[in-house]
Amino acid sequence: MNLVHQTPINTTPPDLVRFEGVRKSYDGIHFVVDDLNLSVRKGEFLTMLGPSGSGKTTTLMMLGGFERPTLGHILLDGRPVERLPPEKRNIGFVFQNYALFPHMTVAENIAFPLQCRKITGAAAETKVKAALERVQLGAFGNRKPVQLSGGQQQRVALARALVFEPSLVLMDEPLGALDKQLREHMQVEIKHLQQSLGITMVYVTHDQSEALTMSDRIAVFHDGRIQQLDGPRRLYDCPSNRFVAGFIGESNLVDGLIDGFEGGEAIVRAPDGAVLRAPAVEGAKAGMKVTVLIRPERMAVHNADGPERQNIVRGLIREIFFLGDHLRLSIAALGLDELLVRIPAAQGEGLVANAEVELAFAISDARILTA
Amino acid sequence: MWLPSYATPGERAGRIAVLVFVVAVLAFLVAPLFVVVPLSFSNDPFFTFPVPKYSMRWYEDFFAGNRWTDGVLNSFLTASLTTVLATVLGTMASLGITRPDFPWRKPVMALLISPMIVPIVIVAVGGYLFFGRLGLTNTRLGLVLAHTALAVPFVVITVTATLSTYDANLTRAAQSLGATPLVVFFRVTLPSILPGVASGAVFAFATSFDEVVVALFLTGAEQRTLPVQMFSGIRDQINPTIMAAASMLLVFSTALFLAVGWLSNRSRAAK
Repeated sequence: MNLVHQTPINTTPPDLVRFEGVRKSYDGIHFVVDDLNLSVRKGEFLTMLGPSGSGKTTTLMMLGGFERPTLGHILLDGRPVERLPPEKRNIGFVFQNYALFPHMTVAENIAFPLQCRKITGAAAETKVKAALERVQLGAFGNRKPVQLSGGQQQRVALARALVFEPSLVLMDEPLGALDKQLREHMQVEIKHLQQSLGITMVYVTHDQSEALTMSDRIAVFHDGRIQQLDGPRRLYDCPSNRFVAGFIGESNLVDGLIDGFEGGEAIVRAPDGAVLRAPAVEGAKAGMKVTVLIRPERMAVHNADGPERQNIVRGLIREIFFLGDHLRLSIAALGLDELLVRIPAAQGEGLVANAEVELAFAISDARILTA
Repeated sequence: MWLPSYATPGERAGRIAVLVFVVAVLAFLVAPLFVVVPLSFSNDPFFTFPVPKYSMRWYEDFFAGNRWTDGVLNSFLTASLTTVLATVLGTMASLGITRPDFPWRKPVMALLISPMIVPIVIVAVGGYLFFGRLGLTNTRLGLVLAHTALAVPFVVITVTATLSTYDANLTRAAQSLGATPLVVFFRVTLPSILPGVASGAVFAFATSFDEVVVALFLTGAEQRTLPVQMFSGIRDQINPTIMAAASMLLVFSTALFLAVGWLSNRSRAAK
């Protein structure tokens, strides 16, 4: 057999951005970003999600060229760019405070990157007009930024970052200053723009619902490291550790001890003595201390006979909150003082505080976290 | 300004005392002006007050010979050159100092401001001895350089103050859009800090235009500025032409400071 024969390797195009062992420290002692390895694929919407101080913004600033990595390399289209100034990177950047030039009109703001590229006259005018149309601000070209609302200013910033057709657009919490309704509207709008133009976007936010709505993939940052990099669905359903489970969505994290295994299921003992079954995961061993994640919306009160075999636990209702379409129950169970349960409002009839209740959830909805 | 109706008699008395004090201070400050300006229109070669008869003879005298008008021209020329030099240098210094990675910010700032704090005679004598060796005494260049050192602190202070409210993201945004550092400065940073730069320039101009001590030490007959001319006028021959000069200077300085006020109002309105 010919061992020299090799299949052609890696026919997929190279990643647009690659962080290779990037570390950043301001004081030489503490690393704000620690051993970052991350690839951004062409055309994808990647979100860096994390609490403040987790290193996500520093990472974005390094990619934009405003900060230099202390160690490691950043590759843009296969080329190292650590020493390339921002103006040579051809990356669009949208800031949280919009950073529109106050002394220029909206049209002048958008024409600015074109002038920097020596595009003037009719060609520039056409592009500016198209950019304004794209963000539905066609009639606002002659206004000054102060004459626009926050949402409109954000649209101008977006148009300005897109008009020179950059290969990559970075956004640093661009919707942070807008009210909830406008924010949700802009999320959809940005996502549509990104898809229709086929641009690669790297988006920074601390808002997990924003990340889940918009992203193809999400990198969850904590303590300067990526905790998990996955699609929104997988991140929610299969978080890799306690931090991710707690940060993405609402969660009940139950401490437990693995008693043993039975037919691909682990038997876990909760602090209050209740016994749960959950699908076994890699790395889980008998006698191991683990965390069991149960999402509030996956539980039901009373034993609704589902098709799947269920875990059934008893608890005491502490409080009931009415939220219109659903109820939130705070229940003392499984060793937790406040186990959250979310049920449709219609199923909550007859429930009162301080009553004993039976909770049921599918075995597959209990997820063991070993870290 | 006025007290509410529930003020006690003590509070009322206190308020009246403050008012009297303030009016007195203002009166003492302003009173000389009410003497100088009428005297400049007097007909009398001696300073007699009240003015016996009004005339324009001292203004005519002012503009008649070269003595005074040369001084005015010299002052304008020196002050203009100083303004350009001090504004450019001071603005550049401010930009450097306000960078987040600038080392030894405080000592450097103190050094830049020091000409404002050091007694003017020391600056003048020091300048005289130092420039003497370089052959810069009795030259316009020497005077402009010395005045620039005196004027730079005013520019640095006003421009740094303006820069403290400048949004660094504007610079970053411009960079990300493809602007080189020079383009960023002239198209984005400078327009945003222009009110501060302009009022710094006005202060620089006024500093040089009013300055007498350093000018006395460093100028020869050729570069004699208006303040030097006035000073020697007082010493050598007492003559009401000086009152005419003073009155015109007063009008000019007032105009300058109204301009500063207008500039700072405008920059506040732009925010």
